[in-house]
Amino acid sequence: MFYESKGVGSFADAQRTGCREFGGLNFSFDIILDSLPLLARAAVGTVIFASAAFAIGLPLGLLVCTGSLSSSRLPRFLSRMFVSFFRSVPLLVLLLIAYYGLPAMGLNTTATQAAVMALSVCEAAYLSECFRGGFMAVPKGQVEAARMFGYSRWQTLLRIKLPTVIRLSLPAVVNEATLAVKASSLISVVGILELTRMSQNIAASTFRPLEIYLAAGAFYLVINIVVIRLGRFAERRFAIEGW
Amino acid sequence: MFSEFSIIADNLPDIARGAWLTVVTWLSSMFFGMALGLGLAICQRSAYAPVRMVVAGFDTVIRGTPFLIQLFLFYYAGPFVGLSLDPLPAGILGLSVYSSAYFSEIFRGGFESIPKGQLEAARIFGLSRWQTLTRITMPQMLIVIFPSLVNMMIILVKETAVLSVITVSELTATLSTLGSIHFAYVPTLTFLALFYWIMLELLSFVGKRVETRLARYLTV
Repeated sequence: MFYESKGVGSFADAQRTGCREFGGLNFSFDIILDSLPLLARAAVGTVIFASAAFAIGLPLGLLVCTGSLSSSRLPRFLSRMFVSFFRSVPLLVLLLIAYYGLPAMGLNTTATQAAVMALSVCEAAYLSECFRGGFMAVPKGQVEAARMFGYSRWQTLLRIKLPTVIRLSLPAVVNEATLAVKASSLISVVGILELTRMSQNIAASTFRPLEIYLAAGAFYLVINIVVIRLGRFAERRFAIEGW
Repeated sequence: MFSEFSIIADNLPDIARGAWLTVVTWLSSMFFGMALGLGLAICQRSAYAPVRMVVAGFDTVIRGTPFLIQLFLFYYAGPFVGLSLDPLPAGILGLSVYSSAYFSEIFRGGFESIPKGQLEAARIFGLSRWQTLTRITMPQMLIVIFPSLVNMMIILVKETAVLSVITVSELTATLSTLGSIHFAYVPTLTFLALFYWIMLELLSFVGKRVETRLARYLTV
């Protein structure tokens, strides 16, 4: 590994690794530059995990949301319990349950499975609330008109409600996506090698936590800024005059 | 399997201490976070553009990076810039800074909800800026932003669990350690999840009650 040769903090080391003194503060940009390739590769992992959580959480959240808006009691109750539980229990605890608790109950999970499971049920709970707001905002007249025109329930959902719901809940969903990116840092706790875990490893072996964690933070910031930009782009695409 | 649950009863003092630490970290970081957030929100109304930009930049950075990374910066990188803290103070500092960015956004929204005419009227009646803030703006604003404040308090309770990563022995750390010592994850993690679930449901229930009480003062 590239960083193994670098020792800890002696003056010679500081000169070799290009440390510069800022008012007694020892800050090395070279350490950051050297670890950029590793951090970048780990950032891809972060994006993959966050996207996987979103890809599973989105349909699951939609399902939970339709359950909570159902006219019969059982799905409403189940959805409410789902949302209430997964929004109240910290993600870290959900991760511990998925990684240690489930195997203890006889369901063996790998770290990757546990991480994706915990992240996606958490996302589903939050996203279902985002969608619920959207569904409630669909004007009743539109639904009634669709039924008058002979649309089936399914057609009404797909052609009338869903386009409005997507447009209305998009800002909340994009916000949720940035939260998912940040939440994925916690899966480092069960040993997944993503951005946070990688920066922990590099910080431990170079003994330069300040530089490495600042760099990792910058990576997260860039990812989130890209997510927000994409969200704005989508909002413009879906925007309708007068809405 | 049910005999495993005696682990909870046997270690009740430790668990109670963990729960207490969770509550203490939550309350203190909420206090400091709100104070700092209010300061930031007031700065953001400053007439000087550089001040506003610094606050906006702070908000973006704090809200755009994971809490875990911020915590590592305070705890592991702190000593490199002359800030050596024990886990608990580092955790409370991290949580306060993290939540201050969110609280400042909430307060900013609250400030904007006060009609400008009221502020102008207050100035005409000879109230100072400070009097306007404490007598006119804050009382009305607190009612408007109360639901968002409760929401942020709930998020903060959940974030205290992250402090277990830097070895603060709050509830999550206590119970997961107990689980691994006795290899009894089912009872400990069940208890842990139930604790947070009940605590947050209670919190949001109380929040809703207070909210409806407060709404009576709004005669808009």
